[in-house]
Amino acid sequence: MDWAYIESVLPLYGKAAWLTLRTGAAGILLATLVGLLCAAALYWKVPVLRRITAAYVELSRNTPLLVQLFFIYYGLPKIGVKTDPEACGIIGLAFLGGGYMTEAFRSGVEAVDRIQEESALSLGLTRFRTFLHVILPQAAAVSSPAFMANVIFLMKETSVFSAVSLMDLMFTAKDQIGLYYRTTESLFLLVSAYLLILLPFSLLGTFWERRLRHAGFGT
Amino acid sequence: MPDLGLEVLWKGKNFVRLLGGLWVALRISLIAAGISIVLGILLGVAASRKRSVSSAILRIWLGVIHIMPQMVLLFLMYFGTTRAFGWNLSGEVAAVIVFSLWGSAEMADLVRGAVTSIPAAQRESAEALGLKPTQVYRWIILPQAVRRLIPQSINLITRMIKTTSLVTLIGVVEILKVAQQIIEANRKASPNAAFGVYLTIFVMYYLACRPLSLAAKKLEKRWG
Repeated sequence: MDWAYIESVLPLYGKAAWLTLRTGAAGILLATLVGLLCAAALYWKVPVLRRITAAYVELSRNTPLLVQLFFIYYGLPKIGVKTDPEACGIIGLAFLGGGYMTEAFRSGVEAVDRIQEESALSLGLTRFRTFLHVILPQAAAVSSPAFMANVIFLMKETSVFSAVSLMDLMFTAKDQIGLYYRTTESLFLLVSAYLLILLPFSLLGTFWERRLRHAGFGT
Repeated sequence: MPDLGLEVLWKGKNFVRLLGGLWVALRISLIAAGISIVLGILLGVAASRKRSVSSAILRIWLGVIHIMPQMVLLFLMYFGTTRAFGWNLSGEVAAVIVFSLWGSAEMADLVRGAVTSIPAAQRESAEALGLKPTQVYRWIILPQAVRRLIPQSINLITRMIKTTSLVTLIGVVEILKVAQQIIEANRKASPNAAFGVYLTIFVMYYLACRPLSLAAKKLEKRWG
């Protein structure tokens, strides 16, 4: 292990890790939004939207992110929809994650007794306010283990971004191996960087789940 | 109507070549899934035993595999071990090893979850009736755990199929690589081939995974 070399490339990996974190966070945030909207559409049984949502969830959950990215990045420009690599990564992650998040929220929302909605409506809350203030907070407790698992899963999925020429951690490691044959050092840095990013999420997830189980929610 | 570049599929053997590529991906995932399920059951039963050193070590090992992106594991196997031990691995063999390791960790986790979810009274009653530990597993714990495990194992196979698309990034010629070759070769004749071909792959993956996840959902509902 050549520590001088490791020190010299640290900034490179720092930049790549920042890119992974940034795109991952943006994608997860978007995915959460998509998931909430879709879960609402399913909960309210909005006529046409409900069918579209169900189809979208199946489509996003049954195809690999890599294929989705290739389609967005190389396929869509042919019919006039162009994206830069970073936007493509974020959109791809949001497309994939949206489906998983919908499932997580749907199961939570379904676990809330319908009488909660009926009572809130009879108290004069609008359907939107009922969903936001009455249903979601109760659903959150049931949904959060799945939500946390999805966050970790999506963070891990960012590792395929290098396929659409995003200079993330995988890209940097492969580049260094190809250029200087620094296999051992590159892989060491790659693993360390991912551990640093993912371990906090994993620990937070475990901690959160334990709290919830203590409170008697979830399984 | 814009040119969607679908005509390239019917040129020569292009469609058959794509199917061949899909088969390479499916073959890797099915082999790895088979190994994972067998290994995972053994590891999971071992990890579900409380307070033993081996189960503690096992859990750390499973945790490490769990937390690393599959892409990183592939790199470690394909670039790392070949360098460290000086052996030669084809991309396909590396992929099977990595996905088996990852899959058995996932499967072990599912098995542990299923085994520990069975109420302690079941085991205690069986022991009170004089069954030996292996008999308790064989006749009491496993039959109940299996109901939970079958849908989850099917889901694992679906995930395995999806994850296998990564092998193109370590140079295995599977469906995405074949697609790139087809698009390159027809660059002049059908410049929009990228759209049609990648759309086709998207649909193919969907058709491969959808029946499995549907079956898992149905079984989950029936036995849930």
